Amino acid sequence: MSADGSDIPAAQALIKSFTMNFGPQHPAAHGVLRLVLEMDGETVERADPHIGLLHRGTEKLIEYKTYLQAVPYFDRLDYVSPMCQEHAYALAVEKLLGIDPPPRAKMIRVLFSEITRILNHLLNLTAFALDVGAITPLLWGFEEREKLMEFYERVSGARLHSAYFRPGGVQLDLPAGMIDDIYGFIEQFPARIADLEHLLTENRIFKQRTVDIGIVSAKDAIDWGFTGPMLRGSGVAWDLRKSQPYDSYAEMDFDIPIGKNGDCWDRYLVRMEEMKQSLRIMKQALDKMPGGPVRVNDRKVMPPPREEMKSSMEALIHHFKLYTEGYHVPAGETYTAVEAPKGEFGVYLIADGSNKPYRCKIRAPGFAFLQGLDFMSRGHMLADVVAIIGSMDIVFGEVDR
Amino acid sequence: MTIELLRAIGDQVAAAFPQDVTDTTIGHGELMVTVKRGAVVRLLAYLRDDPTCLFQMLLDVCGVDHPERAERFDVVYNLLSLKHNLRVRVKATTDEENPVPSVTALFSTAGWFERETWDLYGIYFSDHPDLRRILTDYGFEGHPLRKDFPLTGYVELRYDEAQKRVVYEPVKLKQEFRSFDFLSPWEGMNSVLPGDEKAKREDGK
Repeated sequence: MSADGSDIPAAQALIKSFTMNFGPQHPAAHGVLRLVLEMDGETVERADPHIGLLHRGTEKLIEYKTYLQAVPYFDRLDYVSPMCQEHAYALAVEKLLGIDPPPRAKMIRVLFSEITRILNHLLNLTAFALDVGAITPLLWGFEEREKLMEFYERVSGARLHSAYFRPGGVQLDLPAGMIDDIYGFIEQFPARIADLEHLLTENRIFKQRTVDIGIVSAKDAIDWGFTGPMLRGSGVAWDLRKSQPYDSYAEMDFDIPIGKNGDCWDRYLVRMEEMKQSLRIMKQALDKMPGGPVRVNDRKVMPPPREEMKSSMEALIHHFKLYTEGYHVPAGETYTAVEAPKGEFGVYLIADGSNKPYRCKIRAPGFAFLQGLDFMSRGHMLADVVAIIGSMDIVFGEVDR
Repeated sequence: MTIELLRAIGDQVAAAFPQDVTDTTIGHGELMVTVKRGAVVRLLAYLRDDPTCLFQMLLDVCGVDHPERAERFDVVYNLLSLKHNLRVRVKATTDEENPVPSVTALFSTAGWFERETWDLYGIYFSDHPDLRRILTDYGFEGHPLRKDFPLTGYVELRYDEAQKRVVYEPVKLKQEFRSFDFLSPWEGMNSVLPGDEKAKREDGK
């Protein structure tokens, strides 16, 4: 492109930067993102993301719902990793209530958090590959995602919006035979990861599109509030599962992959390795899975089992009260965060002693990433913006809330 | 262990800003520093750079609305120290008119979070480079997370076939918005049922 006007300086002076509208509906935008790009020819000079096209007022709605009714809203934020977000909310409410779920519930949560991580990374990595031109990984990855969503469905009844992690434990125990099937998945999945890596990791086209694209230094990553693979890709070994372990993560033995250069390829490699580490954690969780109940034995927080309600009046009253009025949470506030697949997902919850949250601020990792798009894409080509968005792991459910 | 570290940091910050830090509390294992809004930038710079703090990551800025107070808004900053593995929460109060100094010069990430706080609460941030709405629609009026903003909003939109465009209309509810009173008659009730006050008066006399 630049060769055109190189020998006519007068014409070159006339070239002005122009503004381009990318989206709001664009197949490479991973949702409804409107990007206003200031372009100098094919080079991006400034990127101004316009978000909020998927804003549903989740935080406002939660203020009008009981604590239990707020749980399903968290599935609908980042809809490819629902359980991790329920996890943050459940931990926050448990902290305010001062309850501690039983060990089996904690282990199930760890197990399903890692299933969720694989679920998320499979979508992100393969969609990222699709953005830069490889369609096959997406088709392969979705087959594996379907298997994982089957686990979701068996345990909660829903493939996507599970509402499974609740304050006080999990909704239901694992059904019979499920543990064996997850073992079966852990056996066969490394071969699928190897397939994907064989297709992508050293693929010349893939590397041309990702290596040295969207470089983020460790200093920038911290300054822009990046977390998760976006931070680890830049070489900062920070993972809340290690540094501030919640539930049963302290018992788990796993490694934290970090990148070296902070480019799109490093973030891809970090996520690839995280899937393998997730398998390790899943295996340990299954091996160590304790017996016992999966909910706190506190009838003022968690409803009684169904069979008890058939014969006990008191159980019936508890059930009725919990599903109409809900429980009252003592006044207090907490910021509780988990390492969601995309990064630090935090819930800042203020309780005023009533049965509804006074304020529930949701700190979504993708919101901070998308803000960094401007500095990451500056000086890159238009096609690289697509690669950068792909490597950021953006899902608009959580960015817009 | 963590609590002691946090308490030490709280005391240290209170000593460093005797006029500006009004309160440091620890609740649920988390340190919260309340500060006058004029000192937000100085305090956050101190927390970021002091070797015992090094809260280099600003994770979140958000607003909270308490309409019954004189200064109705809280602006809450959640900070994380990667070095010391600690978190701190800084709180400042403001109202509809008085701006809070922006911390975008200290933390680049604050830009969008402050825009969001402005959008949803109408809290001004002075010296913010680009204080536009972010989450709500183009041309939206009002600040939806304020407690006096109704859940249903004021306008609804539909596609008008005659005008061939989306039009805004005042919101019409098919059914009145129902807000249930969940104060239980069985436990935790403090209010007096209608009629009960007569019985009490007779008792008192």
